[in-house]
Amino acid sequence: MIRLPEPKAATLAKRDAIIAGLRRILRDSGVIAEAARLKPYEMDGLTAFRQPPLAVALPETTEQLAAVLRFLNQEGVRVIPRGAGTSLSGGALPLADGVVIGMMRMNRILEIDYDDRFAVVQAGVTNLGITAAMQSDGFFYAPDPSSQLACMIGGNVAMNSGGAHCLKYGVTANNLLGLKIVTIEGEILDIGGMHLDAAGYDWLGLLTGSEGQLAMVSEVTVRILRAAEGQRAMLAAFRSNEIAGACVDRIIGSGIIPVALEFMDRPAIHACEDFAHAGYPLDAEALLIIEVEGSVAEQDELLGRIRAMCDEFDPISCRVSQSAEESAAIWKGRKGAFGAVGRISPDYLCMDGTIPTGQLPLVLRRIGEMSDHYRLKVANIFHAGDGNLHPLIMFDANDADSFHRAEAFGADILCLCVEVGGCLTGEHGVGVEKRDLMHRQFTEIELDQQRAIKSAFDPDWLLNPAKVFPLVAA
Amino acid sequence: MQTNFSVEQLRDSDNAASNSVLRTCVHCGFCTATCPTFVLLGDELDSPRGRIYLIKEMLESGKPATEEVVRHVDRCLSCLSCMTTCPSGVNYMHLVDHARRYIEETYKRPWPERLMRGALGRVLPHPRLFRLALRGAALARPAAGLIPTGTMTGKRLQAMLSLAPAKLPPQSAAQKPQIHRAEGARRGRVALLTGCAQTVLAPSINEATIRLLTRLGIEVVIPAAIGCCGALTHHMGQHDPAMAAARAAITGWTREIEGEGLDAILINTSGCGTTVKDYGFMFRDAPPAEAAQAKRVAALAADISEYLVRIGYQPQRPAPDLTVAYHSACSLQHGQKITSAPKDLLKTAGFSVVEPRDPHLCCGSAGTYNIMQPEIAGQLRSRKLATLKDRRPDLIAAGNIGCITQLSGDGMPVLHTVELLDWMAGGPRPDAIGQSDV
Ligand code: SF4
Ligand code: SF4
Repeated sequence: MIRLPEPKAATLAKRDAIIAGLRRILRDSGVIAEAARLKPYEMDGLTAFRQPPLAVALPETTEQLAAVLRFLNQEGVRVIPRGAGTSLSGGALPLADGVVIGMMRMNRILEIDYDDRFAVVQAGVTNLGITAAMQSDGFFYAPDPSSQLACMIGGNVAMNSGGAHCLKYGVTANNLLGLKIVTIEGEILDIGGMHLDAAGYDWLGLLTGSEGQLAMVSEVTVRILRAAEGQRAMLAAFRSNEIAGACVDRIIGSGIIPVALEFMDRPAIHACEDFAHAGYPLDAEALLIIEVEGSVAEQDELLGRIRAMCDEFDPISCRVSQSAEESAAIWKGRKGAFGAVGRISPDYLCMDGTIPTGQLPLVLRRIGEMSDHYRLKVANIFHAGDGNLHPLIMFDANDADSFHRAEAFGADILCLCVEVGGCLTGEHGVGVEKRDLMHRQFTEIELDQQRAIKSAFDPDWLLNPAKVFPLVAA
Repeated sequence: MQTNFSVEQLRDSDNAASNSVLRTCVHCGFCTATCPTFVLLGDELDSPRGRIYLIKEMLESGKPATEEVVRHVDRCLSCLSCMTTCPSGVNYMHLVDHARRYIEETYKRPWPERLMRGALGRVLPHPRLFRLALRGAALARPAAGLIPTGTMTGKRLQAMLSLAPAKLPPQSAAQKPQIHRAEGARRGRVALLTGCAQTVLAPSINEATIRLLTRLGIEVVIPAAIGCCGALTHHMGQHDPAMAAARAAITGWTREIEGEGLDAILINTSGCGTTVKDYGFMFRDAPPAEAAQAKRVAALAADISEYLVRIGYQPQRPAPDLTVAYHSACSLQHGQKITSAPKDLLKTAGFSVVEPRDPHLCCGSAGTYNIMQPEIAGQLRSRKLATLKDRRPDLIAAGNIGCITQLSGDGMPVLHTVELLDWMAGGPRPDAIGQSDV
């Protein structure tokens, strides 16, 4: 079990008063305090770590959120922000003396402006909900994490989420225009605006990816884009992970930027096919999903060049999607990949590291060796185009030994990423999961500088503490 | 996901089944996004993932269910949208069915609720009693305003009265046990489940089904002694009455299967269809002979739309200039994964077919849900009617009597898909469509 800071005795002692205070702000319906009802909030998408919170608060407005934070700050109570609870790094793991603030009720789209191409949404709107609201008018919001159906934009900001199509469109940070944030003191601030590159310091850049440690996000102004004329996906099947990895490097090295370039290995292909019935090649050891967009002529020309490059690697097959339904099924499978692995293993740890694409063949081979060493199966599913790996280490949580091996395996993979010149996290954030590996990436001085920034926003370390930074020895 | 059942607990077949369902859930949270109650209430506890966790804790503890858990399980519509969404293949239906039974057996509800649930379970599955009750409700309707709505019981009583139609359609002889011979050469032989509430509320649905099938050369048997399929009580966790009803149905159909034979057991109330198709699981621990019969019945069960696609449906009348908004009943789209067949049939029949922008969301009917949870059901109804009407249809079609009742009464005709198909194939114009509409 991961080490969490000692609960503050003073907070635990005044639990009833804290809950009463929250109820004054949010009424009974906005506060959860009974043990049985707190249980389901004890974890997010990272099931390995669990801790029921002191209480859960569900604000419906920015003002309520501000009042809750002001109150908790006065009382010195720790706060854990939570969106849809889909984090794979334990970003929303509670603390025994902490209040979870769930943003699910703030789920309204406030404004869509097609002329200036922006949308203002509350933090609890799902990522896909933004696109769904404008799709029929031909617009979309670009970053598309695999959990986009469920994950919320506030959490995307906190983790600077990416997604399959970030290869072309960039990650969350590249698609934000403004934020309404609430500080731990309960002050409501507007940052950025309706257009790119606001005046002054780049506060937006600082807050994006700060994992809920600097402030809470209540509204987000996102950049929206006009959808391309059309898109098509190609499925290229290869004889080994390494060959597919080499092909990725070849495509990226050629200067072509597909909208998406995704990798799945054999276990992943089979699990996803079971779920999505997308017609994935079941005879392949590794599969690349390569999507291009534009006019039909542009698509043809790009697919032709990519096809020629794939052919250099002796593919088993290359198939271009023939219809919108087929493409939808291909992406349904890919986006449901993590969950689909639940079909072949009761539990998994989903890693998230980034490496230079040139290192793909080496890293994939080493992961294979580690899998043998730790006697645990692994499914590789990732955004190959930008070198963002998501090996899923399969284990059985009902067997403690297999969990310990999985943890060690995961740490080895992430260290390998740093070793070959990459980094610990691509898009899932550090959370608690990678907290203790941060010193592999940063020196103590660098970590101290980062801690100083947090202290400037949150002097008492009440906002999502125990995440991101290695715990200071008690 | 990790579970903590003891070896002893896992010896119980229900626990064992639920344990394997729980082990499949990886807690990814995808299902939350498409759950109607999560979308409305914004609380993990009213999401599939939250319920799965509450149920896990309840079953593992082995202790009687508590109000905290019951509240959130009761709010579940059993719409099974979560099962369509789940990438991991979690069988939420089996888990929640087990939970409802566990609650029924271990939790003592407040007496007004107990009374109401008991009455619903006893009355709804029996057409004669149900008809009497509806007559009573029609008489009581003028007094509805006098019921205090400050309490949940008051709200439920009001919901019940407002769902009861003011006038009941006359009884129909066609639905009585008998054999309807095929017209012309016989191409097939099927049994029809006429349903319980449906026979009273809308006999026109069974009449249309029988006309359409016999015209297509299918002999339609309505076996005696088959009343309710057990779905209604099953969803209320009333295990014994549900199993008894299902057992009677299995016996009745088996007699036909082993007699003159059946090509299919047809169901035109999709809520029932989901349950009948699950008989194999429900009777998994029955003596081998009975379990095998249950499996065989389940395998023969088909929704009317599936069957019509199988035998080929062609209209006889010129296409009407009508736009139909197709409402996909949850039991059809999520429970039985039948999504395109009814729409394709309606298009073949000559209608223009449109869909609301939230086709996956429940209308709030959900068996007895619209009576027991009137507030959530009401919100879902308004939402669904709004998105259906957004598409500017002339009428609404659905494949389940529950949805039809729930969506009716808002000025827009709501019909069963099969009534429209029968009309276009030579049957009479459904009463609900006025002459002027065409
Ligand atoms: S989508 Fe499936 S695996 Fe994911 S949380 Fe829901 S039930 Fe569990
Ligand atoms: S059955 Fe419907 S209401 Fe119940 S948890 Fe699943 S999606 Fe939600």
